[in-house]
Parts: sequence; structure tokens; C-alpha cells
Amino acid sequence: MSWFARRGTVVLGALAAAGLAALLVLGLFVSPPDFTQRDAVRLMYLHVPAAWVAYLAFGVTSLASTLYLWRRTRSMAWDILAGASAELGVLFTGLTLLLGSLWGKPVWNVWWAWDARLVSTAVLFFLYLGYLALRRIPADPAVRAKRCAIAALAAFLDVPVVHFSVNWWRTLHQQATVFNPALNPTIHGTMASALLSGVVAFTLLYLYLLERRYRLAVLEERLDERLLEAAIAERRAEAGVVG
Amino acid sequence: MNLLRQALLVAGKDLRIEARSRVALNQVVPFGIVVLVLFAFALDPDRGLLPRVAPGLFWVTVLLAGLLAISRVFAVEGDNGVRDALRLSGLDGAAIFAGKAMAIAVQLLALEAVLGVGVVVLYDLHPHDPLVVVVTSLVATGGLAAAGTLYGVLAAGLRVRETLFPLLVLPVVAPVMLGATRAWEAAISGTPSEAWPWVELLGVFAVIYVTMGWLAFGPLLEET
Repeated sequence: MSWFARRGTVVLGALAAAGLAALLVLGLFVSPPDFTQRDAVRLMYLHVPAAWVAYLAFGVTSLASTLYLWRRTRSMAWDILAGASAELGVLFTGLTLLLGSLWGKPVWNVWWAWDARLVSTAVLFFLYLGYLALRRIPADPAVRAKRCAIAALAAFLDVPVVHFSVNWWRTLHQQATVFNPALNPTIHGTMASALLSGVVAFTLLYLYLLERRYRLAVLEERLDERLLEAAIAERRAEAGVVG
Repeated sequence: MNLLRQALLVAGKDLRIEARSRVALNQVVPFGIVVLVLFAFALDPDRGLLPRVAPGLFWVTVLLAGLLAISRVFAVEGDNGVRDALRLSGLDGAAIFAGKAMAIAVQLLALEAVLGVGVVVLYDLHPHDPLVVVVTSLVATGGLAAAGTLYGVLAAGLRVRETLFPLLVLPVVAPVMLGATRAWEAAISGTPSEAWPWVELLGVFAVIYVTMGWLAFGPLLEET
């Protein structure tokens, strides 16, 4: 890893940490409690950014999978990136569900509601959990990469269908606050800035973790290669073959 | 040989194996009926609850029993190097996909017919609009067969196929389960106009996965 790349990672990590610190201050102290929800509204500053990062991560997985499948850009790097991003996507989807559940209890008085967005997020979680299970199965790297790339796209194409079906089925969740149809944010100024800082901080955190996870996967692969080479050399030595 | 004839050849092969081994008939169909009976045990049949929730129970049962049928189609491939033989046969990947999906669709339809009689008899279900029921089932089956075939080959040949396949495919077909259930409910409550948007959604699902399988099947078969 070059000096420049290593320095870049450190800077990214520091920025993510600074962003999270800013979010902590803005979310807990600067922004006011909500009129109806009181302090419970502060969960929004984690819940919404987590959901955003989850979508971003699955978007990156789909893009990387497409680039892998396209012959001219085929490279194991895209496969590793797709896997790393999907892991983070599942992590942040799980976090979204957990935080949403914690938020739902004081506000809706239930841990879970059969609302459209909750259900489609849960389905999304399981879709990509299956994808990760497929990734984890030992197989020839090229075979696994191709299967996983196709599975990632098949899962991605299912997302709009799930979204529509569940939306027709039922809707209780509050309407989107910032990106509502009129694009007219119905949110207090400092609340909006806390939310925005949450989105920025979580995105930086995602990029940092993605870089780390990608790096780890590359090192793992290199280690496997080295162990294999060592094992072959050992067998050769046993058999008394020179070279 | 054109694609359709190739597809029919593959479908014929799969259905012939099925007709001779009778696994679907002797194991999958009885399994589905047992599940229907178990639902009745779970949901006290005397309180009028069963007819109301029958569409949902029907489609859950179709999914569970259908998973077995689809797994079976791909388990057969594992024996005697059938995968290699298919690859060497020179048949087009898309045609193999279409053939396998057709064979699965035929089996699912047969399963649905039996289980349909099952819910009418056991759950006292009265469909007001048989046309909606039939069209819904046909479109939903197309989607299930296409998605099942695609994921079947994704999981094929892997050691943990039996446990991986349901995890992969169930979340994907969740919208089919939802759409088919709502359409059936509309047909049973006598408001068929509410069913058609769901049938359209099922159609979109089927088109997505038929296209996906059509394109991806060749490359997937080539590799292993």
C-alpha cells in the first residue's frame, strides 16, 4: 500500500470521526427536542443516515457487480468491492431496523409495525443476507464471483417490486421529511443541520469501513495464495524435487 | 433447431424424469396437504378464521412445497454428470433455462390444482371469480418458476444447496406471495377490479426474472 493511499485512509477515518463527533454535539445538545416526540426525535439523526448508507452500499454493490459482469471491465477487484459493500449494507440495514424499532416504541408505542417501509426494509435485509451467505460458500473464485454478481443484480431488481407491492399493501410510516414531493423541507433548521451532519458523517464512515474491508479481503486473498505456495513448496521438498 | 424446440426438449426431459420417479406426486403433493392440515390445527377451524386467511395459507403452502419441487429438479442435475451433459449438448443456455422453468411451472401448476381443491374442501373457500383465481395463479406461477430456476442454478452444485436455496429464494419471491394473496382475496370477496393491479405486479415480476434467467443462464452453466 502506497504512502499516499495509507495517508488517505487515515484522513478519511479522521474525517469520519470528526463528523460523528459533530453529529453527537448537534444531535444531542444543539438541536431542540421535538414538539410531540420530545427527545425521541434525536434517534432520527442516526436512523435516517443509517438507511441512506444502506441504500448507498447496495447501490455500490450493484454497480460493482455490473462492472464485474461486463467483460471489458471484469476484474476481481469489483467482486471484492461488491462483497465488502454488501456486508456494510446488511450491517447498516440491520442498524436501521434496530434504531427504527427503538424509535417506534416511544413514538408509535410498538416495537414493530407492519408498515410498508418497515416491511420492505426487512425484505431488503434478508435479500442481501442470502447474497452474503452465497458469497461465504467456498468455491473457485471466478465461479463464485460470477454467481454472486448475478445474484446481486437479481436481488437489486427485486427491490422496486418489493417496494411497490408492500406500498400498495399498507402505509403508516411518516412521509419522507426532506425529499417530499414538494421538495419543501418540513423540518426545523437546526434539526435539518443535525440530520445533514448525520448523513455526511455516516457516508464518511461507510467509505472508511469500505476501504478497510476491501483492503482486508485483498490481504486475505494474498495470504491464501502464500499459504498455498508454501504448502506446494513443502510437498516438493518432501518429495525431494529441486526448485 | 430453434429455441422453442430446444426448450421443449429440456422441459420434456425433466418432466419425464418426474413422471418416472414420481417424487413430486408421492412426496411433494402429500407434504403440501399435510401443511394445509397443520394450518387448520394451528388456527382453530371452527371460528371462521380459515376461509378468511385461506388465500395466504394457500400461497405459503405453494411456496414451501414448491421449494421442494424446485430443489428436486436441480438435485437430479447433480447425478450422473447431467450438468456436463447439458453443457456438451450444444443447447442454448436460454433454451435450457426456458425448458427447466417450463417443467417447474407445470409441476407447480399441478401442485396448485391439488392444493386449490384442498383449500376449497378443507377450508370451505368459495371463489366468486374463478377467472381471477386462474389468471393470478398462472402469472404468479410464471414468476415463481423463473425466479426458482434462476436461483436454483445459482445454488446448484454447492455443498450447502438445501439450506442456501430457501434463504436465497424466499425473500425474492416475497412480492409474489403478497400479490397473489391479495389478488385471490379480491377474487374471493367479489371485488375482482382490485385484483388486476396485483396481477400486473406479478406480471412485472415474471418478466424481470424470465429476462434475467434468459440472459444469465448460459454464463452460469458454462462456468463450473
